[in-house]
Amino acid sequence: MTTIATNISLYDSLPELFAEQIGGASYPEARKAAFERFQQLGFPTVKTEDWKYTNVIPYLKNGIGIQLPAAPSLSAAQLEATGLLLPDVYRLVLVNGELQPQLSELPPASKVTIRKMSEAAEEAAFQQYFAKSKKLDEHHFAQLNTALFTDGLFIEAKAKTQVEQPIHIIHLYHSTGNLLVQPRHLWVAQPGAEMQIIESVAGLEQSGTVLVNSVVEAVVTERAQLSHYQLQTSGQHSRFINQTLVQQHGKSLYNNYTFTLTEADLVRNNLNVSLDDERTETHLYGFYLAMGNQLVDNHTSVDHRMPNCESNELYRGVMLDKGTGVFNGKIFVHEDAQKTNAFQQNNNMVLSPDANIYTKPQLEIFADDVKCSHGTTIGQVSEDALFYLKARGIGDVTARSMLVKAFAFDITAQVKIPAVRKRVEQLASQYLTAAANN
Amino acid sequence: MLNIKNLHAAVEGNAILKGINLNVKAGEVHAIMGPNGSGKSSLASVLAGREAYEVTEGSVEFEGKDLLDMSPEVRAREGVFLAFQYPVEIPGVSNINFLKTAVNEIRAHHGQPPMQAKAFLDMLKQKQKLMEFDANLMNRSLNEGFSGGEKKRNDIFQMAMLEPKLAIMDETDSGLDIDALRVVSAGVNKLRSKDNAFVIITHYQRLLEYIVPDYVHVLYNGRIVKSGTKELALELEEKGYDWLKADIRLEEPVQ
Repeated sequence: MTTIATNISLYDSLPELFAEQIGGASYPEARKAAFERFQQLGFPTVKTEDWKYTNVIPYLKNGIGIQLPAAPSLSAAQLEATGLLLPDVYRLVLVNGELQPQLSELPPASKVTIRKMSEAAEEAAFQQYFAKSKKLDEHHFAQLNTALFTDGLFIEAKAKTQVEQPIHIIHLYHSTGNLLVQPRHLWVAQPGAEMQIIESVAGLEQSGTVLVNSVVEAVVTERAQLSHYQLQTSGQHSRFINQTLVQQHGKSLYNNYTFTLTEADLVRNNLNVSLDDERTETHLYGFYLAMGNQLVDNHTSVDHRMPNCESNELYRGVMLDKGTGVFNGKIFVHEDAQKTNAFQQNNNMVLSPDANIYTKPQLEIFADDVKCSHGTTIGQVSEDALFYLKARGIGDVTARSMLVKAFAFDITAQVKIPAVRKRVEQLASQYLTAAANN
Repeated sequence: MLNIKNLHAAVEGNAILKGINLNVKAGEVHAIMGPNGSGKSSLASVLAGREAYEVTEGSVEFEGKDLLDMSPEVRAREGVFLAFQYPVEIPGVSNINFLKTAVNEIRAHHGQPPMQAKAFLDMLKQKQKLMEFDANLMNRSLNEGFSGGEKKRNDIFQMAMLEPKLAIMDETDSGLDIDALRVVSAGVNKLRSKDNAFVIITHYQRLLEYIVPDYVHVLYNGRIVKSGTKELALELEEKGYDWLKADIRLEEPVQ
């Protein structure tokens, strides 16, 4: 059953906007189909199971426009001032989803093809994979994205190439009023390719709030490896709804690291991984911090469709102030997926009486020869550990802060790129120290 | 150094310590023995400042200051060290970072600047050698995946680093094999001096063969019922605690 939220000016204005846009838009067929589907689904309400604890409607109400302002010209110094630059990486800078070649350092074309999504129609991999992800049509916001996305990145690592340096995508958002931005990406690792992608995000000078509704479709083909870091560290006045839809072919490896250490009001991550062939390996790591009045929601799913695949998921969160965290992890082991190994763990620390966590690990198994486990914990700092540190002369504030950081650093220790690990540890440390001293 | 007078304490309303008197001077080693449930570990917990224990009567002075008025961390900074019966595993906190933080918080308490990295590492190496502590364990998370013996040795190593005036050892011998017991005891003996004192809580006389006490006290039902020299420990080993219990029953007024 679908409940369509009404009285949202954005929703009411969409048909007209769509009619205006579709004339000159790329990929009109896909867009039309998606818009039809979106109209059936509407925006999700708290009656929609997957949005039970995340009421997105209030965020859609205050007169949001979808017309992107002209991208401001950005100097290298301004880019540097974002603090997002990383050493030893290829760099792709996007403003409101559009690639800024003058600020970017592309990987060699012999190894990686990079196109704007609006100009990728001729690419065979684009034709093969664009808007084909399983579960795409389940996501309200992903349908809206397909219907009205403006631009984004098509990235294709060629077969058997090893892209030595990580590709760092810097998403910058600019607005002159309340704005809905809808970037769309498609990344393909061709057979045997190895690629690392790091995503960072920041707001440029902006007035009003920016609601980012982004979709990444990633395809990791046979024996390919993709490591994907999502560093969600933007400032205030931003809201994020991210859909990451991953397909894995035989013997492929996909690693996802999602760190939500941000001042954004709302972050909703939908991460769906579909294991479409045998002997794949998947690791999903997440750490989230919900403070102030923030709502941080991670919905993940792993579909084991074929035998002999292994998935491993570890998410941890710390809730402070009046922050709310939501975790939902689904693992489906389909009938054919014998010899599956699937593990999932979600641990939470709730450190304020006004903070909340809603966590739901779900495991659905339709095969009979599998190894699966899942678990979730909600707690505070261990009193025994706290006393141990105090009994060695370490003060209460320092001791608590050490323990909370230790809880986070178990996740950051999984990061394979030293500069990325350093950045997330510094940020986590900074936020948690500030919270401990309050 | 430590002066305990008529100490009463309770956990969740149940009286555990019922009037302990004990005086420990610098340079002394006191052993506290007693049967299960007599209040030995509770005494250690009260002295270290565990929150669950409520002091209902009596006083404890440490170096002339009111110990009971201090938070656990201030007690530690003033020079009280508790070697735990069950040292806690803390994943994600590195042993070395933990020790550095502890050393510097104690220094700050005494108005000293933080230790320079080089000086700290030198001290670390020197104490590792002294305590025969495996350097590989230093870089691991605090006690994570350590064997029982390694955890106890780590506690004694911490003691060497923090140089307390008073060390309270809560059943440090429990769960140790004979080799680990020897190493831990040797460590303690190396740290003994005329300026510090030890209170050693144990079930068994065995530990006292390695760490020879100046005084032995028997705790029973929340009180010290007998005190003596190291020979008392041998007598207990031979006769068991029942011998004492019988004695005490005769002395207690009929209720």
